[in-house]
Amino acid sequence: MARSARKATLKPTKKSPVKKPAPKVSAKKATAPKKASTSTKAATKAPAKKKGPPTYDAQMLAAQAAQVARWRKTTLAKSLDKMPERHAFATDSGIPIPSLLTQLDRKAEQWTDIGLPGEWPYTRGVQPTMYRSRLWTMRQFAGFGTPADTNKRFKYLIAQGMTGLSTAFDMPALMGYDADHAMSRGEVGKEGVAISTLKDFEILFDGIPLDKVTTSMTINASAIVALAMYIAVAEKNGIPMSALGGTIQNDMLKEFIAQKEWIVGPRPAVRIVVDMIDFCSKHMPKWHAVSISGYHIREAGATAVQELAFTIADGIGYVEECVKRGMNVDDFAPRLSFFWDVHNDFFEEVAKFRAARRMWAKIMRDRFGAKDPRSMTLRTHAQTAGVSLTAQQPYNNVVRVALQGFAAVLGGTQSLHTNSLDETYALPTEDSVTIALRTQQVIAHESGADRVVDPLAGSYYVEYLTDEMEKRGFEYLRRIDEMGGIIRAVEEGYPQKEIGESAYRHQREVEEGDRLIVGVNAFKNEKNEPIELLKIEEQVAQEQIDRLTQVKRERDGAAVKAALDKVEAACRDEKLNLMPPVIEAVKAYATLGEVSDVFRKVWGQYREGGIF
Amino acid sequence: MADRKLRILVAKPGLDGHDRGAKIIARALRDAGMEVIYTGLHQTPEMIVSAAIQEDVDAIGMSIMSGAHMTLFPAVIDLLRAQKASDIHVFGGGIIPEDDIPRLQKQGVSAIFGPGSSTQDIVKWITGNIATRA
Repeated sequence: MARSARKATLKPTKKSPVKKPAPKVSAKKATAPKKASTSTKAATKAPAKKKGPPTYDAQMLAAQAAQVARWRKTTLAKSLDKMPERHAFATDSGIPIPSLLTQLDRKAEQWTDIGLPGEWPYTRGVQPTMYRSRLWTMRQFAGFGTPADTNKRFKYLIAQGMTGLSTAFDMPALMGYDADHAMSRGEVGKEGVAISTLKDFEILFDGIPLDKVTTSMTINASAIVALAMYIAVAEKNGIPMSALGGTIQNDMLKEFIAQKEWIVGPRPAVRIVVDMIDFCSKHMPKWHAVSISGYHIREAGATAVQELAFTIADGIGYVEECVKRGMNVDDFAPRLSFFWDVHNDFFEEVAKFRAARRMWAKIMRDRFGAKDPRSMTLRTHAQTAGVSLTAQQPYNNVVRVALQGFAAVLGGTQSLHTNSLDETYALPTEDSVTIALRTQQVIAHESGADRVVDPLAGSYYVEYLTDEMEKRGFEYLRRIDEMGGIIRAVEEGYPQKEIGESAYRHQREVEEGDRLIVGVNAFKNEKNEPIELLKIEEQVAQEQIDRLTQVKRERDGAAVKAALDKVEAACRDEKLNLMPPVIEAVKAYATLGEVSDVFRKVWGQYREGGIF
Repeated sequence: MADRKLRILVAKPGLDGHDRGAKIIARALRDAGMEVIYTGLHQTPEMIVSAAIQEDVDAIGMSIMSGAHMTLFPAVIDLLRAQKASDIHVFGGGIIPEDDIPRLQKQGVSAIFGPGSSTQDIVKWITGNIATRA
């Protein structure tokens, strides 16, 4: 078999080329292929005898190289003469795309870097069967108006087949202000649900079985308050925190890099994050205490490579801080999760997911000495790119979202949010969010993408892009290490500047017509058809303020003060974990703003200068 | 005074931190030869108006993504009026539904540039509509 394949030289696909042996290439760990080939044998009775990583032998490669050289001189040259290529090609991140890629473009030993699904280095996915066993979680981010408004939307989405909750908070809650604060003017309930006290959480999750759903909460600077409120609501319903499953975003480093929602500066902010990772690793085995997020970095203008690099750098930053705290890496790393953006450049996006998994596996094993495979697997949520949506011809956004969602699935995401067509104008209406959810359901049940694990593996192009992204990602990580780590780099504004440059370059390319956006700088319509939009009523703010006032009137003021004093004491003593006193404080109906004020009092309000 | 460069304050009012657009505009206006001051994030209307007067700008460009535009634009315009500085133009952009644009213009906002606007169009509009204040 092997011999005949060798003879066939240029046509390795003719007869099961996978079974060719790899005579000289180092077969470091043959365990994985061994297992796989046994199972294939059982299924197909293929006579695979030799073990070792699948690769190509030297003779065949030489023959192939000769053929490629010939093709360039003859077939390609002739064609270019008649019809030259339109221009040079590169991915959106600037990775050059050659006119032809073959297996010659990867070294033989590189093929072992792909591995098998559910095994080191996890390029092909974190589970052996992926969607053949369980589909990704369809998790539409929702939150607007009052807690009752959002509760209603949650229940609607669950009825439509959504499989996990995802909570969007309003800007005051995200920045640590109550609804009645001067900074909250005009913002209450606008970008997400308004939350000031535990009372709001009680309404938000009313009638939702918290032990059965998993809940994601997109909140960072005040994440500790939100998690404490979630724990308190569950407890009121007789559900212990150990039974709660879900994720809290809680990624402060990317806030300073990109999303810019903060209360205190990077170092105390990271201390709070580490407290939460520590607490969850001990008391909430089903909870993800941080979702290390590339999404916002990308939306702020980063390229896919920068998103990959800065996000993994943030991950390294958290692991380093946890290890410094004396935590054992395998005690907390299995619960770290990630969150990627999915943009338009389809193949590059798929490659990003694959490269990220491989990089994280290598970093966790080789840099941090993780032993537990779960510490090495990068599990991720994904969301289609809000920034790619256009206000012009908004129905085209449905198509963009479908392509992006498809890329996330081919990339092997664990959960997915698909954006709605109207989000360049406002939060989505019920109709538009239904189309977005239906888009995922079409991908899951009609496209066939659920039937196969890592379908683009072995594609010369996708493997090339995966390699390139990894290489360029590690290059950024090296630079960040030289600066003294990501926290230092963020303090110096390094990722912020890199992202700003990319954003400006992108804008120039669009304006100079080097980059076409359908409906914006090409194929324009004279008039945009108006679409229906969600409107948040101004009375939401008053309703929230009224409820807040009532809670403050009815609560035990002395108990609140005592609880907040304990929060302050824990802020001032690094040996204490902040989570328990914050839980006690919210149970006493201390407000989100009051807890945040304690942080401001101890560490000061963070501000960023007006650099551009 | 006629030769003085146009001075523009690019401002990010409110709590949202999406500063990609504001920073791109700031750079584009600077590249077009204007003097640009960027306030940084999380500014109150009071902070913005006080910066505008202190820096003696000809116009304020505000970027808002949080849905608070119907509160924050009028607040800035009212404060300018109270400071007798209504000759400072106010324009802006961000996530702003088209229905809101005429309402904002009626309240004194000179122009709104939504998603997909070209920076060159904004530059053209500024040079065509805003003169240096005497």
